[in-house]
Amino acid sequence: MSVDLQTVKRVARLARIAVSEEDAERMTGELNAILGFVEQLNEVDVSGVEPMTSVTPMEMKKRRDVVTDGGKAADIVANAPATEENFFLVPKVVE
Amino acid sequence: MSDLTQLTISRARAKLRGKEITATEITEAYLLAIDRANPALNAYVAVTGDKARDMAKASDARLVKGEGGALEGIPLGIKDLFGTEGVHTQACSHVLDGFKPRYESTVTSNLWADGAVMLGKLNMDEFAMGSSNETSYYGPVINPWRRSRLDTVVMPTTHQGDGGFVSAGGTRTERSLDNAQLVPGGSSGGSATAVSAFLCAGATATDTGGSIRQPAAFTGTVGIKPTYGRCSRWGIVAFASSLDQAGPIARDVRDAAILLKSMASVDPKDTTSVDRPVPDYEAVIGKPIKGMKVGIPREYRVDGMPEEIEALWQKGIAWLKDAGAEIVDISLPHTKYALPAYYIVAPAEASSNLARYDGVRYGLRVPGKDIVDMYEKTRAAGFGREVKRRIMIGTYVLSAGYYDAYYLQAQKVRNLIKRDFETVFAAGVDVILTPATPSAAFGIADEDMAADPVKMYLNDIFTVTVNMAGLPGIAVPAGLDSKGLPLGLQLIGRPFDEETLFQTAAVIEQAAGTFQPEKWW
Repeated sequence: MSVDLQTVKRVARLARIAVSEEDAERMTGELNAILGFVEQLNEVDVSGVEPMTSVTPMEMKKRRDVVTDGGKAADIVANAPATEENFFLVPKVVE
Repeated sequence: MSDLTQLTISRARAKLRGKEITATEITEAYLLAIDRANPALNAYVAVTGDKARDMAKASDARLVKGEGGALEGIPLGIKDLFGTEGVHTQACSHVLDGFKPRYESTVTSNLWADGAVMLGKLNMDEFAMGSSNETSYYGPVINPWRRSRLDTVVMPTTHQGDGGFVSAGGTRTERSLDNAQLVPGGSSGGSATAVSAFLCAGATATDTGGSIRQPAAFTGTVGIKPTYGRCSRWGIVAFASSLDQAGPIARDVRDAAILLKSMASVDPKDTTSVDRPVPDYEAVIGKPIKGMKVGIPREYRVDGMPEEIEALWQKGIAWLKDAGAEIVDISLPHTKYALPAYYIVAPAEASSNLARYDGVRYGLRVPGKDIVDMYEKTRAAGFGREVKRRIMIGTYVLSAGYYDAYYLQAQKVRNLIKRDFETVFAAGVDVILTPATPSAAFGIADEDMAADPVKMYLNDIFTVTVNMAGLPGIAVPAGLDSKGLPLGLQLIGRPFDEETLFQTAAVIEQAAGTFQPEKWW
């Protein structure tokens, strides 16, 4: 499978990365080189093989359903580019 | 005082405990070495001198009282991927501009709890994506090793003054260093360079496809990627969560064992951290390997592999045989599919993990006309080319209609790769010996690799299988090539059997010796 310029632009949109026409053209070539490389996986017979879900057999750890952390709003917003009273500020999203 | 930087961790530990040196002295020696070397090598992106001095002072107070921890007063470098409270943590990306976390990663917390001293944050490929440390926002790291050539020098007949020496002429050979700058490998290139050039006693690193073992091999250092789940991932910037593991890069096998013991722990904050006690890895060093079964996988003999790598591998086999190990030929039939499967699984997980860099919660924000425009502009400006490439591949393979063909197929192949290893271990193989990399260190801005991303990816051909199967792997220096560059061998072990890796690596180290670059910086 290979991708065309339109597909690259669509994927860039999905990934929320702005691309120029020139970027998109360069990426088309690079992505096709990588997709060409991974194509060989199709020759592997995987009938009856489960997809891997966990690399080491382990049971999901569970903890008691209690509050163990919190009360650190100031820490959480400390690195944000724009905040007000412990809220993250973003451009207007609702008209 | 600068020769304090030459001490291995084990020797520095003995001298600190014996009160022959102080943590402050050794810390100052490293800070001075960094100050002199960093403009040339670019290993550190942030040096935390004040913090280092404070930590060293506290260590000295504990050492005086005989209360020192396992790493008391040992100065370490920390890869920029580890969250360090109040200190530069950017995964060497522009998108995390100015980020200083309000928390400390579990691995670094463990090191400080054992008394280690932080010298600063080490350069790396952006978000650990790369094999040459050239994708860093802070510029490439330079390998302290350079190629050299042997020249035959004709010696003139000379007489020097009264009682001076007399040379009778003839010829001698002389090694001269080439000026070409080489990469230290990646993504933990800053860690490897800093350890190899004596800019820290040891360093933390991480390995998703070979990012500890390949740079260790390129710099003549020892690097171990432990079993998935051995070191907590909590507080480490995530790249591909099912593959990422932290581990140390050190000057010798014993130092790597000392560091891993402190880094590893059982951590309730990481659900993939395994509930197993951490053994004393150092205790196995020097134990004989007589009767151990060492597997040699035929699939690791790849087309176009330099003869020197093959010769090094044979040398490694001979050393282990001489030490009493039994050498067996084995087959890992799905080896060639590990790298292509990796380039689906890792970008898929990365595209999801890196979705969080949106200009809202931390780091860079580039204003836009609306929120989506802000996201897109921020990510376009914040991520470098390689990171964008991988996010794009990941987004594509996970997008509607392609998930089964790419991601599901790759995860099935991944199970087959793991099964290959399980089969040979079940047949009684204790450890597997392979080359660490298909070549020695290459030049900065290599044109072939810049033109074709897949060529760069091939660097990880021998290491990536280990991540795909979640196994432990260690790279240990085994010799120099004809140009005087270090080459490494890799040992792969059973899950959570890091001890056998240290035990066997120590035998290789004993036979091969340790390697230091000639100082030019």
